Amino acid sequence: MGLTVESRECIETPEGGVVEELVVNIGPSHPSTHGVCRVIAHLDGEIVTRAEPVIGYLHRGIEKMAENRTYLQVVPLTDRLDYVGSMYANWAYCRAVERLAGIRVPERAEYLRVVVCELQRIASHMMSIGSAAADSGAATMFIYAFDQRERIIELFEALCGARLTYNYVRPGGVSFDLPDGWTETALDFCRTHREALNEMDRLYFGNVITRGRLKGVGVLSADDAVAWGASGPVARGSGVNWDLRKHDTYSVYPRFDFDVPTGSNGDCYDRTRVRLYECYESCRIVEQALAQMEPGPIRTSGMPRLLAPRPGDAYDHIESARGSLGVYLVSDGSVRPYRMKVRSPAFCNLALLPMLAEGHMLSDLVVILGSLDPVFGEVDR
Amino acid sequence: MALVDRLGTALDTGQGGGIILTSVDALANWSRGKSLWAMPMGTACCAMELIAASFNKFDFDRHGTFPRPDPRHTDVMVVAGTITRKMAPAVKRLYEQMADPKWVIAMGNCAVSGGIFYYDTYSVVRGVDEFLPVDVYIAGCPPRPESLQDAVLRLRERIATESISPDRRREGVLTLPLSGDISFGVRPGGDTPDGGDDR
Repeated sequence: MGLTVESRECIETPEGGVVEELVVNIGPSHPSTHGVCRVIAHLDGEIVTRAEPVIGYLHRGIEKMAENRTYLQVVPLTDRLDYVGSMYANWAYCRAVERLAGIRVPERAEYLRVVVCELQRIASHMMSIGSAAADSGAATMFIYAFDQRERIIELFEALCGARLTYNYVRPGGVSFDLPDGWTETALDFCRTHREALNEMDRLYFGNVITRGRLKGVGVLSADDAVAWGASGPVARGSGVNWDLRKHDTYSVYPRFDFDVPTGSNGDCYDRTRVRLYECYESCRIVEQALAQMEPGPIRTSGMPRLLAPRPGDAYDHIESARGSLGVYLVSDGSVRPYRMKVRSPAFCNLALLPMLAEGHMLSDLVVILGSLDPVFGEVDR
Repeated sequence: MALVDRLGTALDTGQGGGIILTSVDALANWSRGKSLWAMPMGTACCAMELIAASFNKFDFDRHGTFPRPDPRHTDVMVVAGTITRKMAPAVKRLYEQMADPKWVIAMGNCAVSGGIFYYDTYSVVRGVDEFLPVDVYIAGCPPRPESLQDAVLRLRERIATESISPDRRREGVLTLPLSGDISFGVRPGGDTPDGGDDR
């Protein structure tokens, strides 16, 4: 069920000739679709005339499940939303709960959240760059990138015991404080990671084949990016200078000195390279946060075991590795959310695929899909 | 004569040597267990650990296991991740496309039983064993890459007990316990709570 030919039908060209249209089904189990995406591609020769993504193959009903869980029990579910960057969904959900229930978070917990989320951003971008590189034939790059990711996973494992589903950010704080020696290991990682990024930049983005495969492919204009609700590296690759950490700032981000890298062409090359440059900025933030961090409590004291916020609603969003990740919560005064809605950046970015893929070759379709970096746990929820 | 030792055979030197006597089963199982190519049926979170297992640190290749996303080329399907009702027909069809002999590893709680998505949801299949014959179960949400490698080693043990005659295949179901020191082995099919045999 990877790549199958669905049908052939004749279509008339505007010039009056007749060509055979080929409908090719890609997915839902295909190594280049980054999960369980299915794309129905209509081809004229090798040129994509229409590409329809079919989603829902990983729809697990997390939003509905949340209605039957207490506020704290929902946190593990949010881990499984964006499984490449679990910390983000944790944090976005917890921010919404904290806003809904009026919980103040201790400063050290905010710093810890920033540190883990910036490391998570690097891990997620490494996965994204690596798999996008593998799609365009550069499998070596995937190995290099995954090596970096593995070191972050080890840091997280030392911090909270889990490699992937952390359940680390909780309403009112975080679950664990830094273990001994963690700060030094993290700083050491940041130092060596920069060297690795330099190497990756040369190896992959300086490569003539990569430039040929990625430059000018899937061009997204800045206006379209805004109009389609794109966010994160996809929007920034098109030159849209929009980063919630800077422009709708939250937590302790105003205290850090960092830049927002943007691209100029809006093609796959820029989108992917923006991710690489964001890793440099994330290293800067991690170093500053670890230096500024003061000892203190990591959880709000006096948190009730069972949260029952007053009736009302709350929305809060953070900048995840994929863009603006928001959680909307409605409370009816009971101990369970009345409704949870996740604004998923991956879903909005994936919606660009038909527009970007049109007119490109079939082999460019997977490159474009890779540069959009969808995670289907979050797309389908 | 390591090969002869592993096959459990007799070397006939009386006829001038160079003759190996063995059972067909022993030879087939010996050759089948060594290079289990994996069909990575990664749908969700566990797919990340599936990728990690075959990369730098864990290096699946040293066990002869190589992820190959093509049902025609692979021996063992690793179902890693939640299987939804929409996805299940595709998984089943891919399993059917695999050539015999084939095995299934259910990686992670979702593939084992639905895991965290067992209750309150309307779209998740409660375990891949509802429609596939699973040989090895790995618990964990997600399991560590080492668990997956352990599962492949367990699967080899299981393959060693199989026979090439069709009625003797799928004798038992092997499960991986949560903690390390529970002794376990290949159990006969009737012994398992869910029948093991005809699913």
